[in-house]
Amino acid sequence: MSNVSTTPPLTDPHASGEQPPMRGGLKDGFRPVSENFHAYVSRMRGGDMGALPAVMGLLVLSVVFTVARPSAFSSALNLANLFQQGAVVVTIAMGLVFVLLLGEIDLSAGFASGVCGSVLAVLLTDAGAPWFVAVAAAIATGLLIGLLIGLLVARIGIPSFVVTLGAFLAFQGVVLLVIGSRGNISITSPVIIAIQNKNVPPLLGWILAITAVATYAIGTMANWAARRRHGLATKPLVVALLKPIAVTVVTLALVFVLNLERSFNVRIASLRGVPIVVPIICLIALVLGFVLRRTAFGRHIYAVGGNAEAARRAGINVARIRIACFVICSGLAAIAGIFAASRATSVDPNAGGQNILLYAVGAAVIGGTSLFGGKGRIVDALIGGAVVAVIDNGMGLLGYSAGVKYLVTGAVLIVAAGVDALSRRRSVASGGA
Amino acid sequence: MTQTVERAARKAPTGPAILEVRNGGKSFGAVHVLRGVAFEARAGDVTALVGDNGAGKSTLIKCIAGIYPFDSGELFLEGERVHITDPAHANSLGIEVVYQDLALCDNMDVVHNLFLGRELRKHGFLDEAAMERQTGEVLAALSVRSVKSIRQHVSSLSGGQRQTVAIARAVLWNSKVVILDEPTAALGVAQTEQVLNLVRRLADKGLAVVLISHNMNEVFEVADSIAVLYLGQMAGQIRAADSNRGEVVELITTGTRGNGGSILNGRADVGSATVSDGGSKA
Repeated sequence: MSNVSTTPPLTDPHASGEQPPMRGGLKDGFRPVSENFHAYVSRMRGGDMGALPAVMGLLVLSVVFTVARPSAFSSALNLANLFQQGAVVVTIAMGLVFVLLLGEIDLSAGFASGVCGSVLAVLLTDAGAPWFVAVAAAIATGLLIGLLIGLLVARIGIPSFVVTLGAFLAFQGVVLLVIGSRGNISITSPVIIAIQNKNVPPLLGWILAITAVATYAIGTMANWAARRRHGLATKPLVVALLKPIAVTVVTLALVFVLNLERSFNVRIASLRGVPIVVPIICLIALVLGFVLRRTAFGRHIYAVGGNAEAARRAGINVARIRIACFVICSGLAAIAGIFAASRATSVDPNAGGQNILLYAVGAAVIGGTSLFGGKGRIVDALIGGAVVAVIDNGMGLLGYSAGVKYLVTGAVLIVAAGVDALSRRRSVASGGA
Repeated sequence: MTQTVERAARKAPTGPAILEVRNGGKSFGAVHVLRGVAFEARAGDVTALVGDNGAGKSTLIKCIAGIYPFDSGELFLEGERVHITDPAHANSLGIEVVYQDLALCDNMDVVHNLFLGRELRKHGFLDEAAMERQTGEVLAALSVRSVKSIRQHVSSLSGGQRQTVAIARAVLWNSKVVILDEPTAALGVAQTEQVLNLVRRLADKGLAVVLISHNMNEVFEVADSIAVLYLGQMAGQIRAADSNRGEVVELITTGTRGNGGSILNGRADVGSATVSDGGSKA
């Protein structure tokens, strides 16, 4: 090719050469099933396994515990129990996803939830405030805590590990000072108690569930059709349908089981329906997931976690993103604190302590959120939280002591973090940095 | 491969000066990094900016890109005097810089990297379809066929492909001036060729391209105009076709052209270069 013209044509043969033409771009947008499968396999080989290990783990654990304790583990009563036990951990974990996406950590989220729970309890009992005022104040406290931590990390530049370790101790002190002398404060507000102890009426449960899955399925398919129409790369219809169908089946099955009568004695009290906390968590998860996936703010969180310098050069206000993530994390901790207070119907000096934070970090990491930043989704917190709750619940039913439960959960967390670290090494090896 | 020949055919300047620096000066404390620098980049030209380490190339670029302001002198964009306050301002004026260390986010795909910080929105939410379509279009317009899928993560791309993405990001916004800071420094032979072809095509599409490079082969392969910085001063901006490698190397090392520069003079200059070099890094 003796290309001696002064202006090489735009379709320069140099550039094309050995590589296949660009795909996923303009015309040949339709990809066959087999190719999708191969892409998925190669992504997994490259270390990006998504939620697969956690989903598999959840299935295996459920089968094992069901076989070991068929009458107890898989009962409707225990299923409802699982959701109520897992609610606090999952809520904190959803907040931690934001902080972990930045490559930071918030060790104080557990006791932050305790502080907010204390604020709620004190306002409800001592000040006699209505429930919505107490809830608003608890959440505002959480947001304020997040703002403080965020400022210290993003503006002063103290490593988040140190800031939140300090806050961990300080908040424990706050809870002790507020509640300590009285032993505990019991919650009497029927609204607060209902969150974790009452159920959605079965019919309403069905309506909510069907509306939710229908919206999800229609939204997904509309998106697929729109991409098709614009000639963009789309999955084959079969693959695109797989996820909505799976989500629909699982959701409706859960609602069905939870709508069964699970009271020991129906004549005293009927116990049916989805616990009220479940739709609340689903709503929170939907909103947060939407923020991460569909807004510029969410994109910027990933950018800051992936390469903060690149984000800065692209004109993103990195400090503001960092602060916002800490605010979101502590805000969710506050909501978790309300859930915890509702479940215990009281707030004690140890609120937000014990294993809550580690379970929450474990939930996010087990679900597939990276501790190195830049990788993670809200659904990770839900799936990982389910794994943690199932281990805790199932081993309890099998009669293991708290010591063994901690040991196993700790080991699972370390294994998940190990998978994360190895998959990161793998993705470095398979290309790029 | 054969580009060297065709470069020689370009003699006259191809377009009007889009970017022009007159008498630009910049000091850091007592160290004068830039003194009375004149520089221009024309539409349709690849203007190479060369010079030894510490000559002030990066400083000049950063002043143009708005990372810090010139202390003295004037900057003209399409004949109008502008005062660039910050990088975002430079971007809005149509000046884009592709930095050596790329500034891509590995954990995001090609589309999201192209639109990073300037995402397209519809009703306040991301307009993924429009962004994906435009990404396909800009890559096609640049005749980029090496990127397999625009939805793959940048971490899975090769060095040349990453550089391509970074360059595509710079031209996505109807930019007028694209400044490339050693785009081929970390690339292999084939990938370098790919990127240089892309650089050439940018200029042929009517952009003013500024290429910082240490590689004389590369400079003579793609550049129309060569600006040589020497110890913070513009030793000369010459047409590539009127010059040769020896002349440019001499300008880079001694600051003078042809017969004049004696060895003794050169030595003295090198001595002072070391001083200002150390200072400019502080």
